[in-house]
This record gives sequence, C-alpha cells and structure tokens, in this order.
Amino acid sequence: MRREILTSAIAIVVLTVLLGVIFPLVVTGISQVAFPGNANGQKVYVHGRLVGSKIIGQNFAGNPRYFQSRPSATVPPNNAAATTFSNLGPNSVITKKAIAANIAAYLKLNRPYDPGLTVAKVPVDAADTSASGIDPQISVANADIQTHRVAKVRGLSLSRVDGLISKYTSVRGLDFSGEPGVNVLELNLALDRIGSGR
Amino acid sequence: MTFSGWLTIVLFAVILTALAIPLGRYMAAVYAGERTILDPIFRVPERLLYKVMRVDPQREQDWKAYAKSVIIFSVAGFLLLYLILRTQTLWDFTGLNPQHFHSGTWNVSFNTATSFITNTNWQYYGGETTLSYFSQMVGLTVQNFLSAGVGIVVAVALIRGIVGRSGKSLGNFWFDIVRTVLWVLVPISFVVAIVLVWQGSIDNFSHYLVAHTLTGGSQQIAQGPVASQEAIKLLGTNGGGFFNTNSAHPFENPTGFSNFVEMLTVLIIPAALVFMYGRVVGNRRQGYAIYGTMMLMFLGAVVVAYIAEAHGSPAQHAAGLHTAVIHGSTGGNLEGKEQRFGIAGSALFDVVTTVTSCGAVNSAIESFTGIGGAVPMANLSASEVIFGGVGTGLYSILLYVLLAVFIGGLMVGRTPEYLGKKIEGREIKLVALGLLITPLSALFATALATASPAGRASISSNAAGGPQGFSESFYAYLSQANNNGSAFAGYTGYIQPKAGNLGAHGITFADLLGGFTMLFARYAPILFALAVAGSLAGKKISPPGLGTMRTDNGTFVVLLIGVVVLVGALTFFPALLLGPVVQGLTPHLYT
Repeated sequence: MRREILTSAIAIVVLTVLLGVIFPLVVTGISQVAFPGNANGQKVYVHGRLVGSKIIGQNFAGNPRYFQSRPSATVPPNNAAATTFSNLGPNSVITKKAIAANIAAYLKLNRPYDPGLTVAKVPVDAADTSASGIDPQISVANADIQTHRVAKVRGLSLSRVDGLISKYTSVRGLDFSGEPGVNVLELNLALDRIGSGR
Repeated sequence: MTFSGWLTIVLFAVILTALAIPLGRYMAAVYAGERTILDPIFRVPERLLYKVMRVDPQREQDWKAYAKSVIIFSVAGFLLLYLILRTQTLWDFTGLNPQHFHSGTWNVSFNTATSFITNTNWQYYGGETTLSYFSQMVGLTVQNFLSAGVGIVVAVALIRGIVGRSGKSLGNFWFDIVRTVLWVLVPISFVVAIVLVWQGSIDNFSHYLVAHTLTGGSQQIAQGPVASQEAIKLLGTNGGGFFNTNSAHPFENPTGFSNFVEMLTVLIIPAALVFMYGRVVGNRRQGYAIYGTMMLMFLGAVVVAYIAEAHGSPAQHAAGLHTAVIHGSTGGNLEGKEQRFGIAGSALFDVVTTVTSCGAVNSAIESFTGIGGAVPMANLSASEVIFGGVGTGLYSILLYVLLAVFIGGLMVGRTPEYLGKKIEGREIKLVALGLLITPLSALFATALATASPAGRASISSNAAGGPQGFSESFYAYLSQANNNGSAFAGYTGYIQPKAGNLGAHGITFADLLGGFTMLFARYAPILFALAVAGSLAGKKISPPGLGTMRTDNGTFVVLLIGVVVLVGALTFFPALLLGPVVQGLTPHLYT
C-alpha cells in the first residue's frame, strides 16, 4: 500500500512535468516557428495600431458604413475576453422577443436602402445570436442584403462591393465540410482601404 | 437540409472507419508489448519512467491490485489538481498568469478537480475569465491526458480478463498507463495540435490583446496555449474548453475543416478500441458486430438531430423568421450556432460529443430545438455505449454484451456463454450493478436538485418555470453521471460578478452534488468492470458447440441494440418526457 502511494505520487509529478510542461511548450514552440501568424491570433494592424483579429468578430455598433456582425450574447457584444452562449431555449417567449428585437434592428438599418426587405427575407444568422458571441462571419445572404446599404452610404457601385464579398467569402473545408461565410472584419477593412484611396 | 450537409455526415462515418481500423491494429500491438513504429522514439523515455516510478512493468496484477492502482493514482491526480486550482496566485512567478486571476473558491475547485480526474470536464467556470495559463496547462491538460489514459487501461484490463486462459492476471496498470500516454495519446495529440494551429488556433503565452475596433471602440481578446490543450481535450474525450464557449470559439475551432478534424479526433480512439478488441479476442467479427451496433445507433441520432435543427425552433417561427434553405443561407435553428459550421456541422458535432463522454460543444445545446436537444439526452441515457468515452465506452458496451448474452441465453434456454466462457450468477450480478450505477446516480441527483430550493438556485432565470428549467437540471446531472461534461449551459454553480475570481462564489449544493455524482458514477462502474474481468479471467474456455449463441452476426447486433435501448434509454424515458419531448411536441412558448 505504502509503495503504491509512493509510486502514484512520483508518477503524478513526473507525468505532470511531461504532459503539463514539456508537451505544451513543444507544441507552442513549433507553432510559433511554423505558423507564427496563426499562433498569435492573426492580428490585424492599421497604421501600426492593432485593430483586431482576423478570426474574431467585432462590434460595428450599427454604423451604416460597415457590414454588421451577427448578434452576440456577450456583455458587451463581441466581448472576446468573456465569451458566452445566449442559452435561450427553443420554446421560450424570451427567445422569441430577443429574435424579434434583432430582426427589428436589422430591418431598421437595412430597409431604407432595400425597400423590398421583409421579415421573411431576413437570413437566420442575422437574427440568431452566434455560439461564441464573436462569430467572425455572416452568411452570404446576409452580406448581400447589407450590400445595398453599404454601397449607398459609401457611394460605391453594388458590383464593386459584391466583388469584395466574393473575395472574403470562405469556401467549405475540402469542399464539403462546414458552410461558406463572409469575414466581416476583412470585408470592412477592404472597404476602408477603398475609402482612403489606397 | 442540404446535400453538402448529408455528404459531410456520410464522409465522416467512412473516414472515421478507415482511420480506426489501422489504429486498432496498432493499439493491439502497443498493449501486447510488440514492436511498433514508434518504439525508437519512446522506448527510452518509457524505461526511464518505470525507473523513476520504481515499478516493475512485468509484475502481474489481479483485479484487486489493478483497481487499487487505478484508485490511488486518481486520488493523487485529484489532490494535485485541487491544490493547483486553489493556489493559482502562488504560481504567478512563472509568468503564466498575465491577467492576474485570483485562486478558485473551494467548492468550484472541488467540482472542477473531480470533473477533470473523472474525464467529465463539467465546467461551472469560464476558462478565459478564471484560469491562469499555468492552471490550464499544468493542471487541466495533464488530467486530460491521464483521465483518458485511466479509461483506456480499464478497457484493456477487461479485455485481458475476457481472453485470459488461466490465472487471475489483468496485466500491469503502470505498464498500460505509460504505454497509453506515450504511444497513443501524446503522438496523436501532437499531430492534431499542429493541424489546428495550421487552421488558425492560437498557441502562445501573451497578455490578452487590446484592439482598437474600426468603429472606435476597444476589444479585449483572450490568448493562451490553446492548441496543445484543445487536441487532448478532444482525443481523450474530455471536452473541457480552454474558453467558455468551448469549440465554438474561433481560436479553438477556426474553420469548417478544423471542425471535421476535431470530430474525427473525438471518435478515433473509441472506434479503434472496438477493432482492437476484435483482434485481441482472435475473432475480428466480434469487433465488427459491436462496431456495427454503435455505428447504427450513432447514425440514427445524427439523422434525427440534423432534421430537427434544420427545421428551426418555435421561437424563431413565432418571431416571423423563415428557416428554410435560401440562396446564401442554410436556414434552420442558428441560435447559438456558428456560421462556419452551419446546421450539419453543429448537429454532427453535438452527436459526436454526446455519444462519447467528450462533452465538448461547438454550439449551444440549450438552444437546440426540443427534439434536437432530446438527442444528446438520449445519447447520454444510453450510458455512453455508442462509442462512448475512451475506454469507458468499450468496457460499458462489453457489460451490455454480457447482459445481452445472458438474456439471449435465457430466451433460447441455454447456458449463456461468451467467447467460450460461461456467464454465471456472479458475473451477471456484477454486470447489472455496473450498468445501474449511472442511471441511479443521474436520476437520484436530478430528483434532489429539482425538489430542493438549493438545487433550483442553479436554474437560469430565462428557463425557470417551464420545461426548460427541468431540462437544464436533468441534463446537468445526466451529463455529470455519464462523465460527459456537455451542458445546457444556463445551469450554473458559479457566480462571478467580474472576470478574475475576485468576489466570486460557488453554489455549494450544485458543486458538491455534481462532484460526488461524477466520482461515484466513474469509479463504481470501473470497479465492477474490473471485478467482472477478474471473475472471467480464471475461467476455462470451452470450444463452441452447436448450441452456442453466436455473438458476431446481425441477429446479435439487433439483440444488443434492443438491450441497450431497453435498459439504458427506457430508464430515462419518463424524465425525457418531462423536459425535451414536451418542448419538441408543442409550438407553445413558455415564459
């Protein structure tokens, strides 16, 4: 018994060093050398200032010049230091009200530029909160609707904005796994570059 | 539903099977001590480990000695992990607590420590707001490896009991655990971690970033050594996320492709163990029969979940949303789901992680539709035998196999035999006890939690007063009793006013009830499984005769599915009716 306890105590310490120190350090080391951009969060700088991470959604605060991210359940929205689900149930009045509020906000922002837009045409990703609260993407349908607004406010042609949307739309992994989505931050950054004449 | 959605599901099943067969062959060699391709790398560290630990890997252990090693090793793991969580600030000198989080409270630390040693990874805390990088690495990552290892070695020991021709030996625990870690868990985790970083997962020790957003706001972005923990979290069917939103977080699961890789990583060992089993018992068809049973039940669950989620929820429809597939959007219930995974990638991930004891989530299970949410509950109700956790799945289904053999034997009036060994009263008693532990603890704990005001304090305010509140509580204890760890995450055992543990407190009732549920439902079945192994190990093998019931054909697969559904799922049927089924059958909205 005593021997077994001693063995367990030694084993847990030795294996902790191996699995909790050496293993993570090796993985970190190789990641930092092989994929430094990814391993450090795909930071995006504009004029030397960190403006975000390519794969972390950010809040565009209803500003009509920018494509808007999906609704987020974090406090404040798109909080990437305290992510959370909405945990709203499928049969709850609270859920219905939350979705209805998201739809109303979406219509208010977009209908002036797209008079044909109705509740029935709102894509689900524009009304439902994302899982992470920092979903970097929106659906192509959602982006297409917002194109009317962004193009008008920025004085760009629809086709120019459509071109950017295609450019920042991811494809399915290996052509079958997952869904295509438009990276909102990259798209908005590209729009700003046009605006500043570069 | 879309064509590519169904294609993902089919390809997943095919690729999983194609990878699991060779891995099963490899693992059979690993536990037999035969030469393998990784020997040149790990032989030296292996011998070094035995030397430092002062064990003789050749020393044979009977079931009691083996069980003693399992338990004492787990206690040691618990103590170290609890200590690390409680003394988080002591380790600030390592520089691995850049956000200066305070140490955990006693009740939540107890729940977390039991949770990680039992391979449950139930989490009342949110990683990025409570845990230092030190605790994540040195505490949690280690138990991600070791709790997985313990599950696997128990399955290996049970197999040795089943095939053992004479004597009482089940092998040596230390040999098995060291080989599991070095030959299986470390190399696969390493490859998966690098693939995840390649796809966009992070792995660093930086301070949280502060970004100046395009609209003039600021955004704090959590960092950390994510990929190394993420890989073993999945491979070991642990499931405890680095971040609060687990595999939904873009840093844990960045792309549709990484999502596919993560799902494969979860199921690869449970699937390979079944093929390994067929090899070790000398009749691969025995493995195929069990694999067929698991795969059929798995695919059934996936189909139901995908259809239910693609249909959308009553709340969406009441708000006027159209949830059909349109150009540029897959529609469906996207509440609590990520765009890059879509409905199929979320439903499949959900089933993959709830049939196993993984419990990782890439979408909010609480926001699944009634029927979509009933699927994970039904998976858990089957007591983790549809693939199941690493090791736990195999030893649990083997107990079901023995029960099916017994029931089949009664039906045709023959002495039940399995692989030439007579199944007698003692084995069946142990099997029955082993199988009843999980339902017993899950239902008992749910009853306590819903009947007492202290238990109801954990129900989220949005769900109180309707079937959702019951579903939350039931799911919590079902998940903990199955050592799964996924959650209807509104249910809480930890209140934290702001990030960093300062001024935070646990909900003692939920923390302790959950902790003891996890411990009991983990170690009692392990003891019964090892006892069955010990009991079988000494039995003579008689050659199959005309009257022997075959356990490697389609008839037996049907019988086995029947027994699993009858014993496992029906035990929980009344409870399932009260929560998710009510929600799935009605368009009514509750306040």
